[in-house]
Amino acid sequence: MSDTFPESNIYSDDQKITFVYDVDGDDFTSAGQASVKVKKNLRRLGIDPEIIRRVSIAMYEGEINMVIHAHGGKATVTVDEEKITIELDDHGPGIKDVSLAMQEGYSTAPDSVRSLGFGAGMGLPNMKRYTDEMKIDTKVGVGTKITMKVYLN
Amino acid sequence: MTVSELSEKCSFEIISMPNPSRQVKGCYIGDLLSWVMGRAKENEAWITIMSNINTVAVASLADVSVVILSENVKISDEIKNAAVEKGINIVSSSLPSYETAIEISGLV
Repeated sequence: MSDTFPESNIYSDDQKITFVYDVDGDDFTSAGQASVKVKKNLRRLGIDPEIIRRVSIAMYEGEINMVIHAHGGKATVTVDEEKITIELDDHGPGIKDVSLAMQEGYSTAPDSVRSLGFGAGMGLPNMKRYTDEMKIDTKVGVGTKITMKVYLN
Repeated sequence: MTVSELSEKCSFEIISMPNPSRQVKGCYIGDLLSWVMGRAKENEAWITIMSNINTVAVASLADVSVVILSENVKISDEIKNAAVEKGINIVSSSLPSYETAIEISGLV
């Protein structure tokens, strides 16, 4: 199994397969690696390319957010018969005002991040745009958990 | 039109070309990466001046067929190698983004 799906922790049973990734919060330039791996793994599972595109973009935005704001975190992707579930867990500062954070163009990212082409205030809106369901559980000073679902049919 | 044909017609400098036969259908211009991921479509040519390592990841995730770096923007060997490894085509244009888009307009 690990030969087929490299560089991630895999758990599977009859109903589902789960990929778990650590998102490194110290290396901004490597952000996106987990998403690219997820994309490869979903391709190997024969998932529809448009669904793979939506899942991997939503996850990449989440990954970037965890690197910018939360010193990294954990990303879990579960595939079952009807859907793909992406869970992003971090112990960052939390989101003070979720509805404000959901507005396109609103960003609290520092200038250093903007010079790399991020911080446009499109991360959370893109995650919502590309997934069928998105839930944000966040507590200031404790962390954020985002759960996204994309249905296969 | 393929990426390789387009590059030849427009005299783009080839930086990375692991998939020369990919088709180019349309074009998107943008430097804000999340904006590009939200708007660019699969198989489009993406014109940008953003040439850091995240450009490669965004090109891969958005499934664009080629990244066209306008205004002769330079790219490091490390990023070039990452592009080859991830199967991302990158070419360079001496023109600004707007003129580059005009150049490929009608061809894709």
